[in-house]
Formats: sequence, C-alpha cells, structure tokens
Amino acid sequence: MLRARGVARHFGGLAAVNDVSLECRMGEVHAVIGPNGAGKTTLINLLSGDLPVSSGRIELRGRDVTGLAPHQISRLGVGRSYQKTNVFLPLTVFENCRLAAQSRLASSMRFFRPALRYRAPAEAAERALSEVGLEARAGVPLAALSHGERRQVEIAMTLATDPRVLLLDEPLAGMGAEESVRIVELLQKLVHNHAILLVEHDMDAVFTVADVLTVMVNGNVLESGSPERIRGSRAVQEAYLGTDDAQE
Amino acid sequence: MANRGNGSGSAGSSVNMDRRKIAIAAMLACLAALAVLPFVAEKFYVQLFTKILIMGIFAMSLDLLIGYAGLVSFGHAAYFGAAAYVLAMISPQYEAASLWTTLPIAIGASALLALVIGALVLRTSGIYFIMVTLAFSQMLFFLFHDTKIAGGTDGIYIYVRPAADILGWKPFDLENVNHLYFAVLALFVGVFVLLRTVLGSLFGRVIEGIRINEHRMRSLGYPTFRYKLTCFVIAGALAGLAGYLSAIQFGFVNPEMLAWHMSGSVMMMVILGGMGSLTGPALGAMAMMLLELALQALPEVGGIRLGKHWQLLMGSFIVLVALLLPYGLIGLLRKRAPADGAAGHG
Repeated sequence: MLRARGVARHFGGLAAVNDVSLECRMGEVHAVIGPNGAGKTTLINLLSGDLPVSSGRIELRGRDVTGLAPHQISRLGVGRSYQKTNVFLPLTVFENCRLAAQSRLASSMRFFRPALRYRAPAEAAERALSEVGLEARAGVPLAALSHGERRQVEIAMTLATDPRVLLLDEPLAGMGAEESVRIVELLQKLVHNHAILLVEHDMDAVFTVADVLTVMVNGNVLESGSPERIRGSRAVQEAYLGTDDAQE
Repeated sequence: MANRGNGSGSAGSSVNMDRRKIAIAAMLACLAALAVLPFVAEKFYVQLFTKILIMGIFAMSLDLLIGYAGLVSFGHAAYFGAAAYVLAMISPQYEAASLWTTLPIAIGASALLALVIGALVLRTSGIYFIMVTLAFSQMLFFLFHDTKIAGGTDGIYIYVRPAADILGWKPFDLENVNHLYFAVLALFVGVFVLLRTVLGSLFGRVIEGIRINEHRMRSLGYPTFRYKLTCFVIAGALAGLAGYLSAIQFGFVNPEMLAWHMSGSVMMMVILGGMGSLTGPALGAMAMMLLELALQALPEVGGIRLGKHWQLLMGSFIVLVALLLPYGLIGLLRKRAPADGAAGHG
C-alpha cells in the first residue's frame, strides 16, 4: 500500500531521517520503534505530507505521492493521528469526529443545507466513536475530557475519515491500562482491512500487534523484520542496552 | 446552537431550548420595534437607524472573518469603499441609475477585489495577515486620495439615487427616507439569515474548524486555503453591499470610506458587540453610534466641554468593555460564556 524508498529529511546539517525504506502492506501492522530522537515522528510527517522530503520517494498503491500536500494525501486514503493530541478543543466529541468524516464528502463548498442533515458524516462519526468506546461522551466538549479520552478521540477522528492506511504516532501514550487494551484490540480488528504503520513506545503492545518491525536509531534503519528476528537481534539489543550502559 | 453536534441528548438541552426560545423572542421583538420605527419616530431617527443597520451589515460581514474564520482583517474598509466608489463612478450625473444593475456590479466589484487581495493576503497569517490586509486597503485609499480619480480627496456626489423601477413599475423609491429605511432593514435581515444559514452549513463547519485548528483541518483532507478565500470573498461582497447602501444614503463618496479609520471602527463594533455571533456585531454597531451621539450631546461641566472630547469618553468605554466583558455586549445577555468560546450563536 504505502512504500517509502530511500526517504530522507535534513534539518540543516542534521539528518532526522536518513535513507529510510519501508513498506506498509494491507493486513499488516508495521511497527516502527526506536529511542527518542530516532526520527520516528519525522518519518510519519514525511509519509503524511506534513513535511516535505529532502530526498527519496513515497508511493501509495504504486503511485508516486512524493510532494503532495497533507490534504491530498489524506484524501487518497491515508489517515494519521498525532503524538501530541491535535483536536478541536471547543467542539464536542461528536463534532470532532463528524468534522473529520465530513472531509470525505466530495466537497464542503455547500452553503445552504444544514450540516447535520448530511447523514453519512454523522453515521461515520458514530461508528468511529463506538469503535474506540466513546459513544457515551459524544456530547461533551473536548476541553472537558481527560487526556486519555482525548487520545481516544484523536484515533476516532482518524478512523472517521475512513482511511485505508493508518499512520499512528504513539496512540497509546497517555492512555490508561484499560483504554490501551481496548485500542490494542481495535488495532487487531482494524488490521484486516487496513495497512497500519504504528509508532509506539509500549513494547508489550508493539509485540502483541506488530507483524513487521522496523527499528530506527538516529534517523537510520537499524534492523527490520519479523518480531522474532528483532527480538533476537544483537544490534537492536546493543542499541537499547547501550543507552542503559551509558547511564550507569 | 449551544448543543450543536450533540448526537445523544444531554441534560442541558432543555435549558438550551428555553434559552433559544427567549433569544428568538427577543430578536423578533427587536425586529418588530425596527419595523414600526418610521411610523413613530422623527425623520432624524429613521436616518440614524438606517445608518446603524448599514453599519450592522458591515460589522456582521467582518465578524464572518474575525469571529468565525479567525481571520483578523484590518482592511475591511477596502471592500466597503470599493462598492461605494463603483456606484458613484457608474451612476450618470443627472439621472438615476438602475438599482438592479448597479447593485450587482458594485457587489461584484467588491467580491472581485476581495478575491484578488484575499489570494495574496491569505498566504500569510497572524500578525502579518493584519498588516498586509491593512497595507492593501491603504493602497486603495491613497489611490483615490492622491490622484484625481473620482474627485480625489473631495470625493464625488451621487446627485440622484438609483431607481428601483422594473419595466416602468416603481416598487419603492430610495429618495424617500422611509422607503430607504425599509429597504436597508430588509437587506439587514436578509444578510443575517444568509450568514446564519451559511454558518450552519458544511462550509460553516469547515471555517469554524479552520479557526480552531487549521493544521488538523489540512491533515483531515481539507484544502483550507480555498475555504478561507471563499470566506474572504463572501465577507468582501457583503461589506460591498453595506458600502453601496451607505453611498446611497449619503449621496456622497470620499476616500475616508476606504481609510483605516473605517476598518478600525467597524472592528471596534465587532469586538464591542461580541465576536463569533451575528447579533453581537449588529448590537455593537448600534451601541457605538448611539453612544457617539449621546457623548457628543454632553454639556459643559466645570469649563470642560465634554461633548467636544467625546472620543476620549468613547475610548474609555471601549477599554472598559474589553476589560470587563470578554465576550462583548452580547456576553451580558447570555447567562454564561458559550461552551465553545466563539461560534455558532445568533
């Protein structure tokens, strides 16, 4: 579905992402892990079009989408969630998701018919809310929600846009244990008809859902492969353990 | 619209319904009062309220940008003045132009101007947006101020007001003070209803989303620039309507209509009345113009002619409102601050 070929992003002299190639296939969770500053979020920003690539190529279903704007990539079926909750605080949970789903209408240049008369976005919003388990909070403004609940809305909004590819940037960060379990289960369900790229620090969750893992360190791909292979990789262990040694 | 987007019923909805009914009743009462005004008040007040309603249209159009889309335009006078100038320049000198041709031309000119300026200024944001909108409107001001186009600093007169004749039938006569008043009142109500409708539409939801979090709107798949530009053009066209009506009322157009004072005072009306609502800016327009009149009429106290220094008092009043009423005058009428800060309320 989504493929990065030798993608790089430089900030001045710093290579935040350097020559990264990976592929996100339908029916697979591809997890990207690595220490802080490894370039995981930057990679997602490149794939979603939030940041332009310095070099390399991004393909969606074989089509070159390098350099497209975020809204164009989104409309091609790539949905993303943000590490730092990125929502509409004054609006209700329902309206956050409805507005997300509204983006799937051919155009919102409609000036007269009341927005709530359009059934499809409202139904998509309700579906997304029930998937993350927030139906009961539909009428509450985001500003009144807990951090964990906002994280759930963040994911529901992404789902409401009915993407085929999901780019999830630390979806579990800040969630309670119960909420995390629910989202992990949701990911296991979604993977059947989605291609999912998951950046996550919660290793238990990662090894539960991931079909493929890519380990990044300092902007480079250190290792990539099945969970078993990553678990047994000497280089990966050194990269993680190495930082521990330095602290001692 | 306090419970907008609320899929499931919430405990507060019946309270909201009551409040909504009260608000609608209050609006209808105001409308009734405005409708009978010409039958009970002197000509002076009819003219004053004509002016207030025109400024109300102007203020609502600016609030679409400031309060709803979050675009703080400090050059809104450009579109107000442009339509007025277009009317003055296309009107024959000693006979009446047709209302039905000049009105669309004037509004169209303002919309076109907003499209051109908007396409440039909307590439900036924040403080730069304020500066560039101001710069463009000042360019237009100096174009008319420093050249001989349309009478230069002296401006030009419209000796005969446009006629509303349709194939020889005259439905109303804009030379008649009451007729003009009712025409303006009808347009005011029309603009109010139009904006309410647009704000509740898919488009309205998008511009609200853009104000709150434009970045997220883009990542959700909205080409935000296009929506902001459309919003800018609608606001410019409606400001043009106000400018056109103002030119008709005074029969006179001068560069002051394009100047930053004009942009500033309409912005003050919006802020004074309450951003992010439609009644707020209309109320702000009325409050500011009535207050101006009242302050100018103040007597001499202890050797100081208060009336002459009315602007000082007006300034203090605005400072007080800004400090004490974060949601403007309209905030006084609402029991508590709206849940979403600024949006979707009548």
